[in-house]
Amino acid sequence: MNNILVLLESNKNSLKRVSLELITAAKSLSANNSAKIHGLLINADASNAAISAEYGLENVIVAKTGNAEYSSTANASVVAQVAKNINADVLLFAANSAGLEVAPRVAVKLSAGYIADCTALTVDNNQIMAKKPVYAGKALITTSVKTETKIFSLRPNVFTAQKADTVAQNVTEFTPVLSAADFSSKVVSLMKNEGKLDVLEADVVVSGGRGIKGPEHYHLIENLASALKGATGASRAVVDAGWRPHSEQVGQTGKTVSPTLYVACGISGAVQHLAGMSGSKTIVAINKDKDAPILKVCDYALVGDMFTILPILTEKIFEVTNK
Amino acid sequence: MNILVCISRVPDTATKVIIGSDGKSIDPKGVKYILNPYDELALEEALRLREKNGGNVTAITVGTAEATETLRNALAMGADNAVLVKGDEPADSYSVAVNLADYAKKMNPDVIFLGKQSVDFDSLQLPSMLAEILGLPSISVVSKLTIDGTNVSAERDIEGGKEVVSTTLPCVISAQKGLNDPRYPKLPDIMKAKKKPIEEIASNNLDARTVVHKMEIPLKERKAKILGDSVQDIEMLVTLLHEDAKVI
Repeated sequence: MNNILVLLESNKNSLKRVSLELITAAKSLSANNSAKIHGLLINADASNAAISAEYGLENVIVAKTGNAEYSSTANASVVAQVAKNINADVLLFAANSAGLEVAPRVAVKLSAGYIADCTALTVDNNQIMAKKPVYAGKALITTSVKTETKIFSLRPNVFTAQKADTVAQNVTEFTPVLSAADFSSKVVSLMKNEGKLDVLEADVVVSGGRGIKGPEHYHLIENLASALKGATGASRAVVDAGWRPHSEQVGQTGKTVSPTLYVACGISGAVQHLAGMSGSKTIVAINKDKDAPILKVCDYALVGDMFTILPILTEKIFEVTNK
Repeated sequence: MNILVCISRVPDTATKVIIGSDGKSIDPKGVKYILNPYDELALEEALRLREKNGGNVTAITVGTAEATETLRNALAMGADNAVLVKGDEPADSYSVAVNLADYAKKMNPDVIFLGKQSVDFDSLQLPSMLAEILGLPSISVVSKLTIDGTNVSAERDIEGGKEVVSTTLPCVISAQKGLNDPRYPKLPDIMKAKKKPIEEIASNNLDARTVVHKMEIPLKERKAKILGDSVQDIEMLVTLLHEDAKVI
């Protein structure tokens, strides 16, 4: 390992939390060798990466594509060119909507092996071993890359971003060589669910299942989520019934989440749902059936009628969180 | 319009995973295999495009002879042709991408569809990898697609919202839930699909770029503290979450 390249992503004039997680992961990979870590920021000012100095990132590379519209193909070209320029042998991406589109293209460009959505990286005998959930988390593989250049994307919210000794940053500019073909696809507009937290980004997720009986009762789930400053999720049954949008579905054919706290309300715990949330730090189940499978994988359970429990629980939690 | 749909054979999502004797893969005994749910969405979108614009839909998979059954599912749904790139169980996503790209280069499809991920290895890399090998644009995790002439506009799911991406044909599209409601094949179509020919070509068994050392079932000790529904129990839960688990 000589040079680790981390693709940084910025948001609102700072770095996304996942970028700081990647820096900490890169630092732990380089702990027992002299590998240099480089952070690459595309189409944003270096000032957006300033916070990374507190996480020990010494080298920041800034590159502009010359086109304000986001293009995954152009970004892949930039990353590959920078990687060649600095002789990067390890590349780290976030396993999010942007990283998951760019990393496979970079892997082809650099003839590199790539492992997506890793939840742990360790160095064993100078070899990077990655853990990655498969079958939506029902199993976990330990895997490694055989090619000289190795690419990994890391699941957000799993690695911890750790502050380090603040360093003086060395910022360099890189001018990529791009052609019209590099901009073959581009983002033309964004539609944000304003004010609504996504289950993938939330520290707390409160999900409802069939036990909620109908969409008209979902405010009970929303109120608890709001008391916990979390996002609302849903089981497949609830989404298939059309009570909630697909974007909220947690499970094997929905989203895989790993929040600090996951509250499952009226969800029995089908294998396919458990696969999507079993990585959560603390799991609370609220269910009327004491034999429901969800009770076997939770940390705490309230067995009883959720229509009685939820309003009281919401109120008691507000008392704690408003203190 | 010539459309290529890349599909895969995966364990049913209700499968309870048991690790096989090699310690690196699942024990296939008793496992029901299905057409990857996201590939159903990909195929449905291809069928609708054909119904609107004419042309033909080719379903392709890379794998062992057992994947024939999955191709028959695709034929029953309405694919015109089925291709099995037959070889060993593919070593990794890259080797699948190369085999698919070899076929695509000969066929020259206007559009290539895949599911956004296959629900076995969840590698989330095949669509972009295939597109890169072919030098094509791609849009992944698409929940709404409009094709007008050669102009393509797609909504794709991103954290906390959607983005609209535009490109032109030919391109690669990966399907997300919400794109459509896949049709159920009718019994006569299932019967007819059993008699349709499946083209077989030999796979290019490439060396894998990644290697699996071990597969295990993740174990996490849970506290499993079961309380009732009294106000005292609810208060106790809040106290435990606050003081013990320290999550609120």
